[in-house]
Amino acid sequence: MEPLLKVNNLKVAFKTDGGLVKAVNDVNFYLNEGETLGIVGESGSGKSVTSMAIMRLLPTPPAVIDSQSEVLFRGQNLLKLKDDQMRKIRGKEIAMIFQDPMTSLNPVLTIGKQITESLKLHMKMDDKAANRRAIELLKLVGIPSAEKRLGDYPHQFSGGMRQRVMIAMAISCDPKLLIADEPTTALDVTIQAQILDLLKRLRQELGTAIMLITHDLGVVAGMCDRIQVMYAGKIVETAKAKPLYANPRMPYTIGLLNSIPRLDSEGENRLIPIQGLPPDMVTLPPGCPFEPRCAYRQPAVCQSKVPELREVEEGHRAACLFDITKETPIPEQPAPEVVATATDVRTSPAG
Amino acid sequence: MESKEQRTERMNAEKGQSKVEAGEVLMEIDNLQMHFPITEGIIFQRKVGAVKAVDGVSFNIRRGETLGLVGESGCGKSTTGRAILQLYRPTGGHVRYKGRDLVQMKGEELRKMRRNLQIIFQDPYASLNPRMTVGNIIGEPLEVHGLAKGKAKQDRVRQLLKVVGLNPNYVNRYPHEFSGGQRQRIGIARALAVEPDFIVADEPISALDVSIQAQVVNLLEDLQSEFGLTYLFIAHDLSVVRHISDRIAVMYLGKVVELADRHDLYTAPMHPYTKALLSAIPIPDPILEEKRKRIILEGDVPSPINPPSGCHFRTRCPLAQEICKTEPAFIEHRPNHFTACHFAEKSLEVLPQPEETVA
Repeated sequence: MEPLLKVNNLKVAFKTDGGLVKAVNDVNFYLNEGETLGIVGESGSGKSVTSMAIMRLLPTPPAVIDSQSEVLFRGQNLLKLKDDQMRKIRGKEIAMIFQDPMTSLNPVLTIGKQITESLKLHMKMDDKAANRRAIELLKLVGIPSAEKRLGDYPHQFSGGMRQRVMIAMAISCDPKLLIADEPTTALDVTIQAQILDLLKRLRQELGTAIMLITHDLGVVAGMCDRIQVMYAGKIVETAKAKPLYANPRMPYTIGLLNSIPRLDSEGENRLIPIQGLPPDMVTLPPGCPFEPRCAYRQPAVCQSKVPELREVEEGHRAACLFDITKETPIPEQPAPEVVATATDVRTSPAG
Repeated sequence: MESKEQRTERMNAEKGQSKVEAGEVLMEIDNLQMHFPITEGIIFQRKVGAVKAVDGVSFNIRRGETLGLVGESGCGKSTTGRAILQLYRPTGGHVRYKGRDLVQMKGEELRKMRRNLQIIFQDPYASLNPRMTVGNIIGEPLEVHGLAKGKAKQDRVRQLLKVVGLNPNYVNRYPHEFSGGQRQRIGIARALAVEPDFIVADEPISALDVSIQAQVVNLLEDLQSEFGLTYLFIAHDLSVVRHISDRIAVMYLGKVVELADRHDLYTAPMHPYTKALLSAIPIPDPILEEKRKRIILEGDVPSPINPPSGCHFRTRCPLAQEICKTEPAFIEHRPNHFTACHFAEKSLEVLPQPEETVA
């Protein structure tokens, strides 16, 4: 079966005074119909730029999308579409939920107006039908007394409620693909649980494919079928959710999982931080972008060769020149204190 | 090299203060209230109401421990931290530091006291003056408190930079030349400069990237054991709080609803809100996530201008009944485990157990 979305060789750079910022460097992935794909990475890893490029929301210039790049949505290359053709897809076939519900709604329009806008535009509904549908949608996303709230302005809603309005707008035209860019980052945990619960329910009821972008390894764990980890504009590991957490194969993923305290562990053990800082996206290292921070690095090899994403197990791909697992002993490196505590954590029973 | 005890003793002797043993109460917060007035009118401002950001909070902090203060945004946890340090003057209650009430203090007396009580702010981008060099930022408290000048100050600043893991040669750089994690280290060095006893860490890692957070958490832990510091660690991330704290207080809408040792709070939470909060936090493990039960709370946090009568949580609580319209007392249900809930015992039994929610 042809995947719903296929991204081939996506490269995005930004022209700035400080040089060319290579935000996304040759990213390839696919998403099947009805599937939930998690994209995890730190700020600056290129996860949001990837989604903006798919939606064609990046202003060019300053953004430069490589001419070899392809974003195939149901076989159609979105990057080659004319603006008015793209407008028919954006909001209808592919919808997006943004991180910040405070700034992504128009403060001077009622939410009724904002929800019905796309219904009238894409579904050619008249005012009455659009209003009826808007009320349905607000009920679907769990906003009480929906009829009355249609005439309210965004400032009359709380953060969680605004995110629900955003979701109602996004699903209004039954999109095939929903891109959720950090949909819960600005929200409190109990509200986050509500919103994630809602997304799960909608996925079941509507069968929408979801691309969930987040920095929170916990959020994707409970939501996604497949996960890909991004670092420095590249996908460095991709697998089904369970094998990715049980047996991460890329040192960055291993480091990330070791460095976060877990709710279900007492915290007697010291955290093992990833040393150093994310790379400067203008002057990327010539070899593996994670090499300078990697606990398992072998500078002679890692600095000269860029690791390709390769299959390490069936359906599990990682971008590392070596076969590293959680059990691989961390070699002696200049940070002795970290090495000393590393063994304690690994031998302790998880959870 | 002097030991930790010797150092603490010397520091106390220098400051001419009585010695407080580890485990003794260092800070005593007693019915702390912080109400911000809401006014109407332009010239004659009439008070028409108050935002009850902190509404009667009591707890102790023992020397050398880390007390975690958790809650969602708007629950008053940061305000509590600031009111303790007298950055806001509380509208009621007492804050006793080694038995002396900070709320009653004024002017020079309070200013001198601040040497012992420091804060690390959440946003490392907004809390450092962009026009001052790192050396000046860290050196300023030394001069203000008359601790070091000239060459001695420069040496101390370089030493502090080393302590927080930065290159001492960076003294003449400006904040914009550093990354978020490094800036937070500068903020920590500034707090440490005056050798405080007590530090309020107000969401010190929330603004940082995941891979950097662990670096700062480890640094805070190292500094605590090296200098015998006492922390009030304010955060909304319960996973981090579990890692770093000895005891944890949970706040909801201006009140502490539960206070317990770390182990008890996470394995046997009694307040329905704590239970819901714990169940809402995602765990990075898909197998566990499949099995967990969530307590999904209805609705949003009510406004602190007009909080519900009685138990503030009753509007969202799955166990709420008529009696909840009267305020529940903050009772020690188990040794060292305080809860303000009429149905604390029932909540323990009825709501999903932590094995099901936290695992």
